[in-house]
Amino acid sequence: MISIKNLHKSFGELEVLKGIDLDVEKGQTIVVIGPSGSGKTTFLRCLNILEKPSDGTVEIGGLVADFSKPMSKKQIMAFRKQSAMVFQHYNLFPHMTALDNILEGPVTVQKKDKAEAKQKALALLEKVGLSDKADSYPHQLSGGQQQRVGIARALALEPKVMLFDEPTSALDPELVGEVLQVMKDLAQEGMTMVVVTHEMRFAKGAADEVLFMDSGRIVERGTPDAVFNRPQEERTKRFLNLIQDTDTI
Amino acid sequence: MYLNSIFSNPERLERLGDIAQSSFLPLIEAAVQFTLPLSVISFILGLFLAVVTALARISTVRILQWIARVYVSIIRGTPLLVQLFILFYGLPTIGVTIDPFPAAVIGFSLNVGAYASEVIRAAILSIPKGQWEAADTIGMSYSQTLRRVILPQASRVSVPPLSNTFISLVKDTSLAALILVTEMFRVAQQIAATNYEFLLLYGQAALIYWVICFLLSLVQGQLENRFDRYVSR
Ligand SMILES: Nc1ncnc2c1ncn2[C@@H]1O[C@H](COP(=O)(O)OP(=O)(O)O)[C@@H](O)[C@H]1O
Ligand SMILES: [Mg+2]
Repeated sequence: MISIKNLHKSFGELEVLKGIDLDVEKGQTIVVIGPSGSGKTTFLRCLNILEKPSDGTVEIGGLVADFSKPMSKKQIMAFRKQSAMVFQHYNLFPHMTALDNILEGPVTVQKKDKAEAKQKALALLEKVGLSDKADSYPHQLSGGQQQRVGIARALALEPKVMLFDEPTSALDPELVGEVLQVMKDLAQEGMTMVVVTHEMRFAKGAADEVLFMDSGRIVERGTPDAVFNRPQEERTKRFLNLIQDTDTI
Repeated sequence: MYLNSIFSNPERLERLGDIAQSSFLPLIEAAVQFTLPLSVISFILGLFLAVVTALARISTVRILQWIARVYVSIIRGTPLLVQLFILFYGLPTIGVTIDPFPAAVIGFSLNVGAYASEVIRAAILSIPKGQWEAADTIGMSYSQTLRRVILPQASRVSVPPLSNTFISLVKDTSLAALILVTEMFRVAQQIAATNYEFLLLYGQAALIYWVICFLLSLVQGQLENRFDRYVSR
């Protein structure tokens, strides 16, 4: 479903991604961990071309983007449609209701039939457990509810791949579970997902593979059990020690 | 002294009352016919110009940025009255003659455009980057992002400063008297020239300006309330 080859990204002099290679099968859930500043966010943003990679190729769902060549806006838009992003800070549109946030993609952008889109949007709200919040504005929702709307908004685009950038790290601890549950359900239904998160329980329960990123490279990868319990690399061990001091396992 | 003479002289008081009464209607007429249309038309054109200028300022195209900067700098760095004089008295010397009212509209629109562009630019820049990203990820084009996401939020932030711009504009239209637009202040001048009751006429004009601006500030409050609907406080 995803095939990434030699992905590079520099901001001016600063090389943030130094050659990422990764293949993800349809229906797999990949969890990406790594220290702050290691390039995890940049990596996800490159897959959605929110950031234009400097070099490399990415194939998602049969569409190939070759970043060594210039891309037209149209090509970028087409490629972007393959995936959808869920943000750390939700980034809901504050002047629209939950329902309108979800409809914005299908109706305004994809020009789908409004009545049909609305039915689908309501079904998505039900799926994330927020049927009764369709007409609420984001500020009337808790962080966990906002993030679930964020997930529904991304799903409404009918992407082949869902990208999550630390979706629970801005949440109060008691609200993390409800969001992770929605994500686990998605994984179970066979959605292909790339998730940046330090929630070990999610990684252990839902991930097919865990990647440890450091300084713009994938340093170690394997099953959750292998990476968490038998890390091979010194940097992985140090990082796991650090987060296990602070996180609940 | 003046007050003294009024109250010690019932005839004069009566004369003042008569003048006030008979001048009230022409003043209101001038306000409705010229002051308000001049304000509203200039404000709408100016806002349009302001949005374009603000977008040019934040665009990545150097030449657009530069044009917008020069325009704003010239308008902000020269007196409004001088601009109006150039448009109305200056341009005819190079063969460009503009009637008073359109000349005033051009002058005031250019002014609003420059000042409001700074307001709108600041408002656009105050919208968190995450909003642009969210719009990007759902596939919006630049113009869709502006129309659906950025400008609606920016306009909420802009209501108070733009209301001030509009209220200033209403008062500034009195300068159009000097390029022969028969707006309210010019009518007050004309009436006063026949009866020499300058204080009375200019006082009446001031009162009407004040009432208009007061009503506008009420409208501003209403607008702010409406926009606050979706914002937690
Ligand atoms: N738009 C940008 N311009 C310049 N540097 C950036 C930009 N975005 C990220 N970076 C830099 O890239 C590095 C990786 O950032 P990021 O991908 O956010 O890491 P992570 O998500 O793993 O914390 C950091 O050093 C950050 O400062
Ligand atoms: Mg990050």
